[in-house]
Amino acid sequence: MPGKLKVKIVAGRHLPVMDRASDLTDAFVEVKFGNTTFKTDVYLKSLNPQWNSEWFKFEVDDEDLQDEPLQITVLDHDTYSANDAIGKVYIDIDPLLYSEAATVISGWFPIYDTIHGIRGEINVVVKVDLFNDLNRFRQSSCGVKFFCTTSIPKCYRAVIIHGFVEELVVNEDPEYQWIDRIRTPRASNEARQRLISLMSGELQRKIGLKVLEMRGNAVVGYLQCFDLEGESGLVVRAIGTACTLDKLSSPAAFLPACNSPSKDMKEIPFNEDPNPNTHSSGPSTPLKNQTYSFSPSKSYSRQSSSSDTDLSLTPKTGMGSGSAGKEGGPFKALLRQQTQSALEQRGGSPHRFCRRREFPFFTLTAFPPGFLVHVGGVVSARSVKLLDRIHNPAFVGIMGNTRSYKLLDWNSFNSDEPETRDAWWAEIRQEIKSHAKALGCHAVVGYSESTSICEEVCILSASGTAAVLNPRFLQDGTVEGCLEQRWLEENLPIGCGFCHIPYDELNMPFPAHLTYCYNCRKQKVPDVLFTTIDLPTDAAVIGKGCLIQARLCRLKKKAQAEANATAISNLLPFMEYEVHTQLMNKLKLKGMNALFGLRIQITVGENMLMGLASATGVYLAALPTPGGIQIAGKTPNDGSYEQHISHMQKKINDTIAKNKELYEINPPEISEEIIGSPIPEPRQRSRLLRSQSESSDEVTELDLSHGKKDAFVLEIDDTDAMEDVHSLLTDVPPPSGFYSCNTEIMPGINNWTSEIQMFTSVRVIRLSSLNLTNQALNKNFNDLCENLLKSLYFKLRSMIPCCLCHVNFTVSLPEDELIQVTVTAVAITFDKNQALQTTKTHVEKSLQRASTDNEELLQFPLELCSDSLPSHPFPPAKEHLESASANSGIPAAQRATSVDYSSFADRCSSWIELIKLKAQTIRRGSIKTTVTVEKASPMGEGNFRNRSAPPCANSTVGVVKMTPLSFIPGAKITKYLGIINMFFIRETTSLREEGGVSGFLHAFIAEVFAMVRAHVAALGGNAVVSYIMKQCVFMENPNKNQAQCLINVSGDAVVFVRESDLEVVPTQQPTANCQPLCTEGEVTT
Amino acid sequence: MTSELDIFVGNTTLIDEDGLWVGGTVSDAVALRVRSGILEQTGATAAVLQSDTMDHYRTFHMLERLLHAPPKLLHQLIFQIPPSRQALLIERYYAFDEAFVREVLGKKLSKGTKKDLDDISPKTGITLKSCRRQFDNFKRVFKVVEEMRGSLVDNIQQHFLLSDRLARDYAAIVFFANNRFETGKKKLQYLSFGDFAFCAELMIQNWTLGAVGEAPTDPDSQMDDMDMDLDKEFLQDLKELKVLVADKDLLDLHKSLVCTALRGKLGVFSEMEANFKNLSRGLVNVAAKLTHNKDVRDLFVDLVEKFVEPCRSDHWPLNDVRLFLNQYSASVHSLDGFRHQALWDRYMGTLRGCLLRLYHD
Repeated sequence: MPGKLKVKIVAGRHLPVMDRASDLTDAFVEVKFGNTTFKTDVYLKSLNPQWNSEWFKFEVDDEDLQDEPLQITVLDHDTYSANDAIGKVYIDIDPLLYSEAATVISGWFPIYDTIHGIRGEINVVVKVDLFNDLNRFRQSSCGVKFFCTTSIPKCYRAVIIHGFVEELVVNEDPEYQWIDRIRTPRASNEARQRLISLMSGELQRKIGLKVLEMRGNAVVGYLQCFDLEGESGLVVRAIGTACTLDKLSSPAAFLPACNSPSKDMKEIPFNEDPNPNTHSSGPSTPLKNQTYSFSPSKSYSRQSSSSDTDLSLTPKTGMGSGSAGKEGGPFKALLRQQTQSALEQRGGSPHRFCRRREFPFFTLTAFPPGFLVHVGGVVSARSVKLLDRIHNPAFVGIMGNTRSYKLLDWNSFNSDEPETRDAWWAEIRQEIKSHAKALGCHAVVGYSESTSICEEVCILSASGTAAVLNPRFLQDGTVEGCLEQRWLEENLPIGCGFCHIPYDELNMPFPAHLTYCYNCRKQKVPDVLFTTIDLPTDAAVIGKGCLIQARLCRLKKKAQAEANATAISNLLPFMEYEVHTQLMNKLKLKGMNALFGLRIQITVGENMLMGLASATGVYLAALPTPGGIQIAGKTPNDGSYEQHISHMQKKINDTIAKNKELYEINPPEISEEIIGSPIPEPRQRSRLLRSQSESSDEVTELDLSHGKKDAFVLEIDDTDAMEDVHSLLTDVPPPSGFYSCNTEIMPGINNWTSEIQMFTSVRVIRLSSLNLTNQALNKNFNDLCENLLKSLYFKLRSMIPCCLCHVNFTVSLPEDELIQVTVTAVAITFDKNQALQTTKTHVEKSLQRASTDNEELLQFPLELCSDSLPSHPFPPAKEHLESASANSGIPAAQRATSVDYSSFADRCSSWIELIKLKAQTIRRGSIKTTVTVEKASPMGEGNFRNRSAPPCANSTVGVVKMTPLSFIPGAKITKYLGIINMFFIRETTSLREEGGVSGFLHAFIAEVFAMVRAHVAALGGNAVVSYIMKQCVFMENPNKNQAQCLINVSGDAVVFVRESDLEVVPTQQPTANCQPLCTEGEVTT
Repeated sequence: MTSELDIFVGNTTLIDEDGLWVGGTVSDAVALRVRSGILEQTGATAAVLQSDTMDHYRTFHMLERLLHAPPKLLHQLIFQIPPSRQALLIERYYAFDEAFVREVLGKKLSKGTKKDLDDISPKTGITLKSCRRQFDNFKRVFKVVEEMRGSLVDNIQQHFLLSDRLARDYAAIVFFANNRFETGKKKLQYLSFGDFAFCAELMIQNWTLGAVGEAPTDPDSQMDDMDMDLDKEFLQDLKELKVLVADKDLLDLHKSLVCTALRGKLGVFSEMEANFKNLSRGLVNVAAKLTHNKDVRDLFVDLVEKFVEPCRSDHWPLNDVRLFLNQYSASVHSLDGFRHQALWDRYMGTLRGCLLRLYHD
């Protein structure tokens, strides 16, 4: 009996009137967990009942604690007829199951009804007493922390990053059960909500078990999704990255919660062994001179399916980055082998990696400094599957609508089903892995998976960024031990290392143009770089970034089953190709050379496919200046036509010039071209080195205004191409004062002020069904997205200057002629006056940081020898000493400088750092000072604002911030309270009365926000970070006056403290220590 | 391509500062915003403006229910609104038009009056929707504070979270509605809502039960509507003042006291001297008549007829009116035969304030 759950129902307020006669309500509450139910007394005739119940106690297994939600139902007592339900509250008690998180859930929860929405609020207190469980074969995984955040959470330190964890569970969808025909919509919705809650609990528990097996204690970048497969069931799947995290001994941190599970945690001996000795294994093959090229291209390989059960109509696509290359299929196959063997040569134990970890994937998008060594490019795979009922005998029953079939053994069904889905995903992951290998990479970062389902066809997609990682953080040195030696030898260049190609120049996976890195001139870099990750903090960037989208529609004939799947898989490669071309064109038009946070979404509908790619374009200083776009006509002899072409060309050139100005892209002028072998000479940094291969004749024949030979040529040979060019030019830049990106941070802006506004916007358009052509469709879709953005800019105009961060577009095709676009993002204000200054300091700073990282790397061997030493953050005493010495009679700015060590002190691990720190004091000092000064003003402003608008004393509702980012500007996250993962269904049969579809959905989304905030507040938090709306499925039937919507959201509940508040605290050493720590985290993330 | 659905939901609910949503239709609001030049300022398209306005209207539609009981707005969880914006919302929602309030001031806030809104709307140029909102606000505030004890302004402020200024205005509206003072007569048209509100405040402070109840000598006053109803006993007592004009000696003495004191100080001395008895009779008779509800309702009509108009026709400057009224009330203290000094002060103190406010063109 490992746990006791205690629940107390305190009071209700704002209840709806349930008795028309008295205009009052006789309310009571049912509290249910598992199969046990308690009831409160009936509180007669009140809309604000005070139950003040006893503690209801549930004695349960911790397995159940993880799986089951606590279910609270508020009812109206009726003497003569059945009691009427007012609404329900589901509370996920998982956050109470691990130490450090919340210890009690207490607060006002909105009472939610799937038909009526929120109907009043209820005050509940929930506690859990866990007993220590000595059973080693237990099924629960209490104590494993989950984070949606796709980077190492702010108040933790990654000791080891273990790697990929995944799991999925399958069940029948209650909506499609026979019983649904006789039960009320409310009962059906509630059954669904409850089931999904149960399934995600189970899923989380199973993932937790895997993490414990890997000896980790947390999952970072946890992404859980639902596939509503209709009649073939409901799939809940999740991926994440298992880690061993250490809480930073931040002096401001709260006392650890004294929950018993903490004991469990402590039994796992990971902390003592952060650097297992496997590093030294394997001969060190120097990779130093292996510089290979890379360039844009893409290759499609039709893979023979490994799955034996299903139709495998699988065009899986590996996508490198760069300009459109020609088909690389057969070539690539060859390559893969070669790279494979190259990999084997490199490492002493070639198979080790594969053996130990099936998929070297990481769902993280931002990494501890030094983790990411090289980035290869984007890899993606898609597969079209038929959701076939035949595999599931139980469903025959549903089809036939006969009750008897329901008696089929559920267990056998349940155990059978995930296998198919698992196999599907395993296949895709395998593909991704091999693509990564082809790029000479051993790992995939920024990895994510998604599906798009229409009727019985399902497209499974996975994508990520092939990368070479520093093994230091991986548990047992899975990556060959040679790597760190290489690092030592090389003295890795600053801010550009990740751009260097990881693959073999001679065996390039695709045709590419390589140049020597413009930053260090030692290694080769590709001409463009596409990635799915966030911009590394130490990357040297010129100018600002911007959101770049490629949008595409393709009509497809309506078809059934296999024919449909075949049609779709035939279309996919073309879509990928075009999306890629569009991205490339738009990137060049912006005068930029790299994409971060790339997310390509392909949505399938009845009669069309939609592709939407979003990414943040930046100009990486390490990569060459992008070439321009050349337009070539097909009939060059026609005079007027030529004129037209040259007119277009001029327009394009103008746009490029304008964009360069807008995004402040002024790469250092290149005075002279040095052709020859690169000799690292830091003083000549401003000069360009070109590789041999790139010299001579070609350069002259191209437009020199763009200075590059790889200018992109668009041939206008048909109307389609004409359209493309037009669409390129129709994208309007955001109004002045607005910037946008889909990554965590906006390259070039880092002086955030504290005002944030997270929002969700949904638009649905109906296409006129007549004469739909691809072009018309494309235009409609393009207009839809552009108009949506314009609306956002207008709505948020009061926040100028501001940046829309983490802009996340989701497209779905709910019906034949409907296109739905959902956008979630956060607008953050920044201080414009210091923008220019900071861009400079940012670069400087990143250089500085990078150099620090280098030094850390230098200490590698030392760390290896000192394996036995416990790796822990700096002993506080030392910090005190340090800062105290620096403190004595020194102005504030400098004080901040000195205490800043604590932030990177935690990255260092032993006594040796102390000496280093001292050495760095002087060097870091000056730069840090700049940063402090630059931060000071926005904070001051924040203070001022607070003062001018005093909080309303009457209000009992605390403000809960929500953001899709992992941080809150101007604040420090002091505690993670647990994951928020909620699923809601809302249905109406009086659509017109509720203000039509817009009124209905507007209210529902507002309610979802409210419920998320209420749960966070009840956990004791004041913000949700890494918030994401994973699903928003909207269906309407205006003729019947009905609509239904399903929403799934998740995020991390946190406690944050304003930096300005921290300052107020008298300069006690501890506070002073923790504050710059977060300042830095913020400036750099 | 038609837009089926178009929404924007922020974690912090956006509240439009212009507050156009409180009256009129979406298209009215869009037209108004277009005229304000917002499209030029922001470079937005009409479609964007339309969509934004729709969002505000939808938000407002959802908030309106809560605005009926503003404390609910503070405690609700659905919309996260910064306190300053909450205050703005409430203030905008409970704001009213001068033109409108003058039409319904002193009328019974009943269904019958509500029907008149159809006529008031075109007459005042205020949209019917807005008229209805304002009327319903008056009525709602009235209903809530009607049965409450304690200070009227405090009650309104507590239950509707209005600013001090607005709460005072509502107190006046409620007070007028409760006592059904006639304000619509033609000869009262020159008076603004502010004039009436000023008088209402004085009357609430001095002539109601609450005014007496505030004195610690009468702590267990069980009377309801302390601030809303005039003190019946006081009104009854006012009959006693009649002696001031009924007793000829007293009247003459009073006149001579006033004339002596004001001689040489008034520009309109002779007119005052000639009119003294008329004016005094007027003022005292108004007091004596207040026992009848009908006459209470006509209070302002009477004051204007009996005092404001005669003075105005003789072109008394305001300052002379002030001097006269001061002297007129003060001199009574020197009348040895008159025993109701306190009563007189309670009556005249307020009336003097009201008359000075009412005395303008």
